[in-house]
Amino acid sequence: MSASVLFDTPGPKARRRHRIFTIVSLLLLVGFLVLVVMRLNDRGQLEYALWEPFLTPAYLEVILEALLKTLQMAFGAILLAIVFGVVFGIAKLSDHRIVRAPAWLVVEFFRAVPVLLLMTFFWLAFSIGGGPLSPFWCVVIALTLYNGSVLAEVLRAGINAVPPGQAEAAYAIGMRKSQVIWLIQLPQAVKIMLPALISQCVVALKDTSLGFYITAPGLTAVMRPIYLEFQNQVPTAIVIASIYIIVNLLLTGLATYLQHKLVGEKKQLDVPMVGGVDSGRAV
Amino acid sequence: MEAITTDFDLYLKGFGLTVGLFVASGIASLVFGALLAAARVGPISVLAKASAAYVTLFRNTPLLMIFIFIAIAMPRIGFTFNFVEEIRVGDWNISGFFFRACLALTLYTSAFVCEAFRSGINAVPIGQAEAARALGLTFGQNMTNIVMPQALRAVVPPLTSVQIALAKNTSVAAAFGIAEATATMRLLGNRYGDQTVEIFFFIAVGYIIIVEIVALGSYALERRWKAAAR
Repeated sequence: MSASVLFDTPGPKARRRHRIFTIVSLLLLVGFLVLVVMRLNDRGQLEYALWEPFLTPAYLEVILEALLKTLQMAFGAILLAIVFGVVFGIAKLSDHRIVRAPAWLVVEFFRAVPVLLLMTFFWLAFSIGGGPLSPFWCVVIALTLYNGSVLAEVLRAGINAVPPGQAEAAYAIGMRKSQVIWLIQLPQAVKIMLPALISQCVVALKDTSLGFYITAPGLTAVMRPIYLEFQNQVPTAIVIASIYIIVNLLLTGLATYLQHKLVGEKKQLDVPMVGGVDSGRAV
Repeated sequence: MEAITTDFDLYLKGFGLTVGLFVASGIASLVFGALLAAARVGPISVLAKASAAYVTLFRNTPLLMIFIFIAIAMPRIGFTFNFVEEIRVGDWNISGFFFRACLALTLYTSAFVCEAFRSGINAVPIGQAEAARALGLTFGQNMTNIVMPQALRAVVPPLTSVQIALAKNTSVAAAFGIAEATATMRLLGNRYGDQTVEIFFFIAVGYIIIVEIVALGSYALERRWKAAAR
């Protein structure tokens, strides 16, 4: 352990104490895991029959299809959210209050309302009983509005994080406002924003699971028929959760890689939380 | 409009449950998250690794999956948590549904709380603690006078974001048998099919009020603690 704010480099006495704590906590953790596995075994949850569906090609195909649907929902929502975010992020940076105020209102509204509430609303209003939208699109639209609003805020923070000298220099050589944003600030901001954008993909991917409540397709929707048929709730939950975790870890890995590659060890982008009164704009 | 006025008691009950879930799991997640953070930054590397693993696992699992573990998978191995229904305070008692929802929300949110605390501690420049040690302050003095006040100040904004997310996440409990605000919207929407927009608007305003209260509280704290920062 290198230098820490919290404690000095341990001496011989402290090291002995740490060793004792290490052994005790290791025993406790291993004991806990053993208890969990024993419990699962006692209740017959480790029997092959319950896990068999996840080794059967036909079921694997169904699960992969569901994963594909989940990914479609997540990435569809993110792509639309980027468009939404750019439009509203730039509107929030406008010099004119008449543009800024409605954009602020829309962004704050969709950031403060639960995604599930949005989904349920679109489902009730436009899908149930022969409406024009399928539950799939209800999920995509709700995720677009929420993630788009977050991205609008990310974009604004990203543009504000570009050193002000850049915009000043651009104005000094006679560029217009729109040129300054599109040619000078946005390209530099994208670099700073990319990790935050990918973290938002993780959020969107996790939130597609909420489609469960409105009968949308996806990984969580495919669980119910499987566990109802085989009564294997525990294995199903473990398998589906693992799929989510693996995909998310891959995305997080990408975000960290890009953070190192593009932004370096600098502090991450500081996105203001929802409910802020400040609707300030760039210099 | 009359959907809300005639069923105003349902509306209030829904938000009562939402606030109840938020407060109960908010406090529990602060406690558990602080313990996780203590393990995460502590000198015992086994505990630090276990805490990091917990955070990675729970941050990357959708909240809905945690609810499925607690409410659907756990009963299969004999954990229904229905024993909480035996606990009575006066003529009021906790339902098993409420307890399971709080448990799922707490397990999920604690991972984020842990990260918020850790980032707060990391925000304290190492020179601060080194200078304190050089002055001869003991570990306790160092913690209470130097490190913690600065860390606490830095931890307020991320912690608020986490708690706001929790307030919104309580809506997931709707899918697991709790008649909180989102489930109330679904119920009222089914009952008054032609007034979905008004119902949505009123429920949304309820959530916005909760979020605003948390956010304004945090701004007040920040302003109070700002003192000599920067």
